[in-house]
Amino acid sequence: MADNADNHDLPENKAEMRIGLKVTKPFAFLGRETIGWIGHLGASTIFLLLASLKILRAKQLAKVVQQIYYIGARSTMIILLVGLFTGMVLGLQTYHALVQVGAQGALGTLVALTLVRELGPVLTAIMITARAGSAITAEIGIQRISEQIDALDTMRIDSLRYLISPRITASIISFPLLTALFDLIGIVGGYISGVLIMGANAGAYVYRIQASMEMKDITGGFIKAVVFAVIVSTVCCYQGYFAHTRRDSHGAKAVGLSTTSAVVLSCVLILVSDYVVTSLLL
Amino acid sequence: MDAPLIEFKDVTKRFGSRTVLDGVNLKIYEGEVTTIIGLSGAGKSVLLKHIIGLIKPDEGVILFQGRPIGEMKRGEKAASLAQISYMFQDNALFDSMTVYDNIALPLRETTSLGKSEIDSRVMARIEQTELADAAYKYPSELSGGMQKRAALARALVTDPRIVLFDEPTSGQDPIRKNAILSMIAQYQRKFGFTAVLVSHEIPDVYFISNRILALYDQKIVFQGSPEDLENFDHPFTREVIHSLEGLQEELTGLYSKRQFKVMHHLQLTQRTYGETYSIVVFTLSDLDVVMTSSGYEAAQATIRNMGAYIDKHFGAMGGFSTRRRTNEFVTVLPYSDLSEAENILRDFAKDVQERGIRDVCTEAGSKTAARGLEFTILAGIAQGQPIAEIESVMDSAKAAQKEIARFRCSARR
Repeated sequence: MADNADNHDLPENKAEMRIGLKVTKPFAFLGRETIGWIGHLGASTIFLLLASLKILRAKQLAKVVQQIYYIGARSTMIILLVGLFTGMVLGLQTYHALVQVGAQGALGTLVALTLVRELGPVLTAIMITARAGSAITAEIGIQRISEQIDALDTMRIDSLRYLISPRITASIISFPLLTALFDLIGIVGGYISGVLIMGANAGAYVYRIQASMEMKDITGGFIKAVVFAVIVSTVCCYQGYFAHTRRDSHGAKAVGLSTTSAVVLSCVLILVSDYVVTSLLL
Repeated sequence: MDAPLIEFKDVTKRFGSRTVLDGVNLKIYEGEVTTIIGLSGAGKSVLLKHIIGLIKPDEGVILFQGRPIGEMKRGEKAASLAQISYMFQDNALFDSMTVYDNIALPLRETTSLGKSEIDSRVMARIEQTELADAAYKYPSELSGGMQKRAALARALVTDPRIVLFDEPTSGQDPIRKNAILSMIAQYQRKFGFTAVLVSHEIPDVYFISNRILALYDQKIVFQGSPEDLENFDHPFTREVIHSLEGLQEELTGLYSKRQFKVMHHLQLTQRTYGETYSIVVFTLSDLDVVMTSSGYEAAQATIRNMGAYIDKHFGAMGGFSTRRRTNEFVTVLPYSDLSEAENILRDFAKDVQERGIRDVCTEAGSKTAARGLEFTILAGIAQGQPIAEIESVMDSAKAAQKEIARFRCSARR
């Protein structure tokens, strides 16, 4: 009797199970994704730590200098261009807003503080991500899928020391320098649009910058630049180094997708970490 | 036998639910050339990567000079693995570096040698691998063979004790394949390293290998000399060896060139001085004229019948034959002297003249008969000794060729 009762109940149980699965499926997906992301976060942190430990090893200086050239020096033109026009737009918009409240004299303060505190570090990091970060991921990814990284391991050359440490070090050096350049050229851009084109007072513009700018604003900007450098270089190197482990694709396609992931993830993390660092600094 | 340099004991490796190696046991001896053969996807490269530490086993131990690698201290393990070089299937050269920089890389990064010492070592390897003209070119500017040589030079620049070659001849044409295998054998003798190859090139690898390891069904099913493998009775022989060799040439039914090489290697090179053998070289003269005037079908019928008659007369006497060129056949009579070979050839000529012509004309069909098919068979015999190079004996036989039969198909009535 008991068996019969069980058999009789089975279809109902199955139906209940199906409904249960449908309800829990989104949560299961969310859980899997979360665990996956936490796993990546942990792995990339270990990756960063291991690579950082190898920064001061022998024979690194030449590689770091070479990477500063690729990541930093070759990004100079694009930073100058973006910085100039960002400063000009900022000068233009701010001037129009300030005129309405009769406070044109504060133009220098607003342009300089906006650039030094926020736009300089953020836009510089995003521009370097687009130009050099994507190249880092693609280069390391191709080296991975063509077994060049395995070749390094077979030659007893530490691939983290040889490929990753110099790029992280070069980024930490290049990002603040390029941010400073961005800030400077942005202020010049603000001067061009606000003073030379719109007719604001030149002396007030320069005086307000000097008077309002404090050392903590500059150091805050530089701290952000260093944080962004660590994030961008780690994300881009990690995505390339582990391009072969992607589950959604293989080979050249995996390198392409890893490059896209690296750029998108870097940009998102730049903005998220910007908020976190800003809230800590204020 | 000496203690093995490398030994696998019950090594198992799984990737997810797929078992690639299942309780593998093998031994690799110092100073020898060991070749691992098996079908594609059998796990040969995985096995090789275990030796150099790129992959770690899930179960079992790998011993280096009798010491388990897994139990070695970090420095000891690094020192052991530093004695091994690896040549990748696709070379894995750094495409953004010149050949010189690729070869210099392991010295620059892992040693404290001065610039001039590195330069002299790199240039020595470049000279030895005949890459002097390509030293400052990028890998993409080199041919496949030159890239292989560059990869070999990089593998040898640290004077390794063991060099692992992962399918060194893949993607190469037959001439380059032989050149690469010869190069490995030549450098192995020159530098005295222990070579471990993964290769499909059967039987070519037999001639450079001291030992063969057969990977089949996730296990090493055979370890021994190439000669022992020929007598190995196992599904591996039928499924792998024969499929890789292509046992007989489809057209003639005779042995393929590869199988002929194996037969020659096994039957002749191990005999003692004084034991003679004979070689007969046949040439179908005017085969090109037959092709032009009577077509390919007639030419193929002629070749096919020629193969069948050679096998009928010489195979019965323990001979083995192959087609050397389009119109040239070679037969080795391992147990016959010159006079015996001449007797067999005489019977062959008589049979071909009496019956062979009829078979060819019938098979070649009406197209041939309409125009008249005509050609001559030349044959020459030479006697050789195990010490002699078979090629020179073949050349002597060819030089002694004379006409033994003439074919002519008369017009169909």
